[in-house]
Amino acid sequence: MANPAVTAPHAGAQVEGALEPVDNAVLGLWIWLSAEAVFFASLIGTYLLMRTHTNHGLTPKQVFDLPVTLVGTLTLLASSMTFAIGYAQLRAGRLARFRTWLVVTVILGLGFLSFQAFEFTGDYKRGLTLSSSPFGSAFFTLTGFHGMHVAFGIFWLVSLLVYSFRPAFKTEGVTKAQVAGLYWHFVDVVWVVIFSVVYLLGKVG
Amino acid sequence: MAATTERIPHVIPSSSAYHENKLVSWLSVVDHKRIAQLYLLAGLLFFLTGGVEAFIMRLQLAHPNGHVVSAVLFNQLFTMHGTTMIFLAIMPMLIGFVNAVLPLQIGARDVAYPRLNALSFWLFLAGGLLLNSSWFLGGAPNAGWFNYVPISNPPYSPGLGVDFYDIGLQIAGIGTLMTGINFLVTLVNLRAPGMRLMRLPMFTWTVLVTMVLILFAFPPLTVTLFLQTFERLFGAQFFSVAAGGNPLLWSNMFWIFGHPEVYILILPAFGIISEVVPVFSRKPLFGYTSMVLATLAIGFLSFMVWVHHMFTLGYGPFVNSIFALTSMMIAIPTGVKVFNWLATMWGGQIRFTTSMLWAIGFLFCFVLGGMSGVMLAIAPADLQYNNSYFVVAHFHYVLIGGTLFALFAGIYYWFPKMTGRMLSERLGKWNFWLTLIGFNITFFPMHFLGLMGMPRRIYTYAPGNGFTFWNEVSTFGVFILAAGVLLFVVNLFTSLQRGEKAVADPWDGRSLEWSISSPAPAYNFAKIPLVRGADPFWLEKMHGNGRMLPAPGQEHHHGPPNTVHMPRPTMIPLIIAAALLILGYGFIYHALVVEILGFLVLVVGLHRSMFTPDPGEYVPIEEEPAEEVGADG
Repeated sequence: MANPAVTAPHAGAQVEGALEPVDNAVLGLWIWLSAEAVFFASLIGTYLLMRTHTNHGLTPKQVFDLPVTLVGTLTLLASSMTFAIGYAQLRAGRLARFRTWLVVTVILGLGFLSFQAFEFTGDYKRGLTLSSSPFGSAFFTLTGFHGMHVAFGIFWLVSLLVYSFRPAFKTEGVTKAQVAGLYWHFVDVVWVVIFSVVYLLGKVG
Repeated sequence: MAATTERIPHVIPSSSAYHENKLVSWLSVVDHKRIAQLYLLAGLLFFLTGGVEAFIMRLQLAHPNGHVVSAVLFNQLFTMHGTTMIFLAIMPMLIGFVNAVLPLQIGARDVAYPRLNALSFWLFLAGGLLLNSSWFLGGAPNAGWFNYVPISNPPYSPGLGVDFYDIGLQIAGIGTLMTGINFLVTLVNLRAPGMRLMRLPMFTWTVLVTMVLILFAFPPLTVTLFLQTFERLFGAQFFSVAAGGNPLLWSNMFWIFGHPEVYILILPAFGIISEVVPVFSRKPLFGYTSMVLATLAIGFLSFMVWVHHMFTLGYGPFVNSIFALTSMMIAIPTGVKVFNWLATMWGGQIRFTTSMLWAIGFLFCFVLGGMSGVMLAIAPADLQYNNSYFVVAHFHYVLIGGTLFALFAGIYYWFPKMTGRMLSERLGKWNFWLTLIGFNITFFPMHFLGLMGMPRRIYTYAPGNGFTFWNEVSTFGVFILAAGVLLFVVNLFTSLQRGEKAVADPWDGRSLEWSISSPAPAYNFAKIPLVRGADPFWLEKMHGNGRMLPAPGQEHHHGPPNTVHMPRPTMIPLIIAAALLILGYGFIYHALVVEILGFLVLVVGLHRSMFTPDPGEYVPIEEEPAEEVGADG
């Protein structure tokens, strides 16, 4: 969304001997992610408060299936790696390989969403729902919002893939990919926290 | 995008359709100065709405056993009055000033993301309209502006009002968060050469801290609004005690947002006062560095005090003591600011313009509000004040006597730069004195009423309660206050039509916005200015030739000569905001078709906004009229 006319005064920072200027889009994304971090912190805090409030129903220990979750987790982590490989290819100017790795990333992201759909339907069958207990409400809200972030990330990556066939991609492609990548990696990191705080703590704690 | 400056836009298709039709040009607006006008106008309309709500409440309370409105309607009135004033009036008007002034003060041609800026405005408007449409769709929210559970839970608030609250604030809140991100990037990346952080005008500094507060305070609000939306619409169990939920979750999450929020409302007001006082005292701001540090300290502490809104919820003396201490600590940096303003005036050549009068009125009234704030921070004493009219008196002294007075100071000060015309000083002085007197007659008695034990939010009282006299005084005052505010509206519209034409620098100003013509041209600066010190324009007037020097090496576009490359108007932000509005109604009414429609529009809008390159357009530079620098108002 950054506009070249507005970006121009960048150069001024160099006159001052300041740090290397960061692109508007990249800086804005970092700032947005810091707000996202507070967003997820609030949801995780809510979950920690509610995880023992099971309303005489299913507890985390009864619900979670660690091996299945681990497969989903590894799928998502792998998608971060494949994106990083693709981004390195793009920086080296190998556009076709970048596209291939992007497709792999999208497939892995969809794989994670399938895991989540599988997990959610299983939970509902067993009787853990959004309205069954405060634990259920907090669990589905936290992991559901994370899933929505993954879904939005997939939408973003697919849009990036389509955009990579446009001529403008030659000049701004690296930045567009960098920004999408920052978001994708952030969503992964959040899942690592969720995996620890929700699933591991649920089984062990 | 740094790389795009080298991309040559050979042919830019004409975007004149966006400029010719007036309505289209406003709907597709991306210019921060015009967005500022939209914010201020919409904010003023919501302010008048909230004012009418307050007026009706005062009529109801004028006499014991009043019959002006029913208890049910009274609950809706105080809820909507608070919600409207905070989220839809004061905050948008402050953001309006930020839009109007901040890019000019740092020597930029626009904000970092002009389209996102437009999106922020449309989201605020969409949220505000959705919230206020509840009046016509079965009743407004009625659980108070902080909407505590359990009273806002379905069994106790069965109507749709609270749903409108949740979703309306959600939409407006996303817009505010976008504003925060936008201006932080603008402040980091778009400062003119030489505009170091410690040369930033004080208003800009306070905005910087405010935007950080927005960034970290709004996500908890977003989350807790979602939790309540899920509870009310989809049967989640966060707050209902029967299922093991915890009502304190809402109170804490709301105030973790809510306390920084009140500093979001006051810090830019401090900034406006810090601009007005030096200019009309003809002295640099006293203690600039301590002002910056005080602003940072207030911003930091504002996240450490939220429990002082909940002293009576039973957290016990230990927790209450900690939060009482942190709350009182805020008085220290705030006191630093007050003494700095006084010291700026000390020995200065003070000009009592309307703007300066508002700033002085601010000092008196805000300090009163601060004093009652410290009284409220004493946890054991708060058990007496809590939920009484004393609290109402306190926050109206800081929100009206503080923020609103500063907004008035700011509008009289910057109106010439925003519109090219002066506001009438004669009407302005009537506006000031009537508002000041009316405000104090209305709200000072509320201190007494609170200490006498009158609870807030009651729709009436009995003749034997002893509340009658001061309530009559208070209602008498509100007529004067309303007359003062209406005079401002008169002043605004007559001055827009017939006001004296403004010169570039009517107040003998110090910062960059006064170095360009009034109103500012679309591109702000024909040449990006070189900043050689703090108070850069004053510096050039004292030590240079009274004009800003152009910064070297700034112009490298490939368009026609004597033009500036500017962002193009676009309707995409409006479409995205409309999509969220449709989605909001869809959720409130459980209408799947509407939800799907809103979602599809959202996806299309987002896709286009992310992956449609903005070729920009070339705006010709106007000839600048010579020799109008240094004129004195």
